[in-house]
Amino acid sequence: MLSAPLQKTSFRLLSGATALAASLSLVACGGEKKSEGGAFDGEVKVGILHSRSGTMAISENTVAEAELMAIDEINKAGGVLVDGKHLKIVPVEEDGASDWPTFAEKSKKLIDQDKVAVVFGGWTSASRKAMLPVYEAKDHFLYYPIQYEGQECSKNIFYSGATPNQQAEPAVQWLLKNKGKDFFLVGSDYVYPRTANTIMKEQLKAEGGKVVGEDYLPLGNTEVAPIIAKIKQALPKGGVIVNTLNGDSNVAFFKQMKAAGITPANGYSIMSFSIAEEEIAAIGPEYLEGTYAAWNFFQSLDTPASKKFTADFKAKYGEKRVTSDPAEAAYAMVYLWAKGAEKANSVDDNKVRDALVGVSFDAPEGKVTVEPNHHISKLVLIGEVQKDGMFKILENKGIVKPIAWNQFVPETKGYSCDWTQKRPDAGKFKM
Amino acid sequence: MNLFYDTLFNGLAIGSVLVLAALGLAVVFGLMGVINMAHGELMMLGAYTTFVVQNVFKAVLPESVFPIYILVAIPFAFLVSGLAGLLLEKTVVRRLYGRPLETLLATWGVSLILQQFVRSVSSAFAIGLLLAVAIGLFLPRLLVRVQLAPRWAGLKGTISWISAGLVGIGVASLLGEERSLDQPWFSARNLDVTAPSWLRGSIELGGVTMPTARLFIIALTILALWGVTWFLQKSVWGIRIRAVTQNRSMSDCLGIPTETVDALTFLIGSGLAGVAGVAVTLLGSVGPNLGGNYIVDCFMVVVLGGVGKLLGTVLAALGIGVISYVVGSGSLLLIWPAMPAGLNELITFFATTSMAKVLVFALIVLFLQVRPAGLFPPKGRMVEA
Repeated sequence: MLSAPLQKTSFRLLSGATALAASLSLVACGGEKKSEGGAFDGEVKVGILHSRSGTMAISENTVAEAELMAIDEINKAGGVLVDGKHLKIVPVEEDGASDWPTFAEKSKKLIDQDKVAVVFGGWTSASRKAMLPVYEAKDHFLYYPIQYEGQECSKNIFYSGATPNQQAEPAVQWLLKNKGKDFFLVGSDYVYPRTANTIMKEQLKAEGGKVVGEDYLPLGNTEVAPIIAKIKQALPKGGVIVNTLNGDSNVAFFKQMKAAGITPANGYSIMSFSIAEEEIAAIGPEYLEGTYAAWNFFQSLDTPASKKFTADFKAKYGEKRVTSDPAEAAYAMVYLWAKGAEKANSVDDNKVRDALVGVSFDAPEGKVTVEPNHHISKLVLIGEVQKDGMFKILENKGIVKPIAWNQFVPETKGYSCDWTQKRPDAGKFKM
Repeated sequence: MNLFYDTLFNGLAIGSVLVLAALGLAVVFGLMGVINMAHGELMMLGAYTTFVVQNVFKAVLPESVFPIYILVAIPFAFLVSGLAGLLLEKTVVRRLYGRPLETLLATWGVSLILQQFVRSVSSAFAIGLLLAVAIGLFLPRLLVRVQLAPRWAGLKGTISWISAGLVGIGVASLLGEERSLDQPWFSARNLDVTAPSWLRGSIELGGVTMPTARLFIIALTILALWGVTWFLQKSVWGIRIRAVTQNRSMSDCLGIPTETVDALTFLIGSGLAGVAGVAVTLLGSVGPNLGGNYIVDCFMVVVLGGVGKLLGTVLAALGIGVISYVVGSGSLLLIWPAMPAGLNELITFFATTSMAKVLVFALIVLFLQVRPAGLFPPKGRMVEA
């Protein structure tokens, strides 16, 4: 364990040096990254910028691991083929440290010093909002792998996670149709849950549901007794609870809800947007059994591509590990970028950006395509947590196109984003 | 009336977690005046001990005794956190008595070390660490015979600790090559501590739903309070602790071993943090960040209660519990349904958990303006101590 950080440091130091030195240090890192015969004609550096320490490390480690796995696979298959040359992808890892200004600072470092072709990074919306001005000012290029609240469409960011119409909206429709009209919204107190709940409230208004209450917990708070009392007042006989809590609060929420009798057995349908296989393992499946989640990928998705992804991930990182939606989205986005570079026949960020729109990849979830609004068409799934911590897929809504500007919210209704159009307001214009 | 009992129970439930979490700090901070920023991490160690005990029960013992693992975890957690606290006192805090600012920074550093320790400890790591400590302790004894030039003699300890550290790192790296030894024990992930089934349900009494986990914590809090009070009031060492708190130099003159008293007080305070760690596994997540979620609340309770008074700590915690429940759940609206519109809106505005927390802090600030030393300020000679 002690040796790992040392190797990482030495790797970082060297990767800034010559190609020879960099490849040598890669060999020193365990030898498994060596390609067959070393038939590369050059290399291309990419940044991996996730929190490897701090509160968010639990979640972001997996995402970084999935990205590194995709890079390994591409390298083993001969790297990125650009201009007749096989380029080896060399990851430059940086730690965002769960601190949003650090994300911006490290982005600058990756762009200016390491001269990376692209940065894969971020998890929380707060970290993305902190990085966005850096990429826009330097006209560089970030790939962001997490489902988020939408209401953003940057020329310099590609979003490979779900927009609300690929996660929250179909989930709410499903709940309205199958589970009831009275909704209670619980979330962490920051930008994603607040925006997601604003969208949901508008949607419920439009589609005949009713919000009977909402509450927000500060990040990391573990005392949920007041929320439970409010839920009991608002929904004495059961109803729908939509949970957008993030991080540790989820554990407290589910443990205390169960103790207070707010359970699926007593008529409460609980839908979460931040609970994937990874989180279930940490919270304990017995607290979550029978609750719902909406994602674009579940480990239980029964397709050859999904099974292969999970098997490869376990082979690389351990039998006990699980795959999840964020890991899958992160894995797919590395491939999408590589395909974009091959299509552009260049790793230059401006050329790849133009070439990326329309690129498809057979991801573990199915065929995903980069749309003109820099988001990705994705498979929409709704699942129920089982005893073993996996999801039973209850509904498969098929591939859904992303909508960046939400059509339920009055302020953004009628707006669209299309970066293939040559207009100054391509990021947000009235349709 | 139902609402009254409901509020009372939930306020008591929130308050009892605060009492339990802050009790150890009240002992350490209140009696010794040591600002221990690592208190939360000592709670974390208690929670991790619970996890280990749970897994031992799962793996070794028959399923029928599994439900009582939580009771077994309590003494173990007390011991583990207590010993960690003792080590902290012997190595760090002891050298910094009377220097609160340095203590604050040093214990903050220790809290970071402990967090990182549980993240990265593996078998190789632990062996390397133990080896380094052993060498660091015993090498100076072996070196007694070795004569060094006078100007190097003073550095003997330093040299042996540096070489011990190098050997430790070397051994850990070597062993780390072996994959099975390199697996982290806990890793940075949150751990799954599952309450036994009897602590997962709830009891209905007079229309109030009382989760058994909450009742258990309330009982544990009462027990811990009774234990600490008895120890401080009746036992010989308790009386010595109070004597040292009131007047250190006089106690010293009268033959009370103040160093032992300090160590003991720290051990008990840390052990209580461990017990609180067991309790919070029933409510929340268990991970390296557990401590950080409680440390601010703990200090808030101790400062509001008045330093050095357990009764103040209890009343402050219960007060905070009831207020944050009443405000956060919006119960005021139910008590007085026909209140004027403006007031109604104000209360609704504060009726989310995060706004309730803001309001509670604002009220504490106001209260401390009126009574800067808390509910029960220390009086008389104790002030000088």
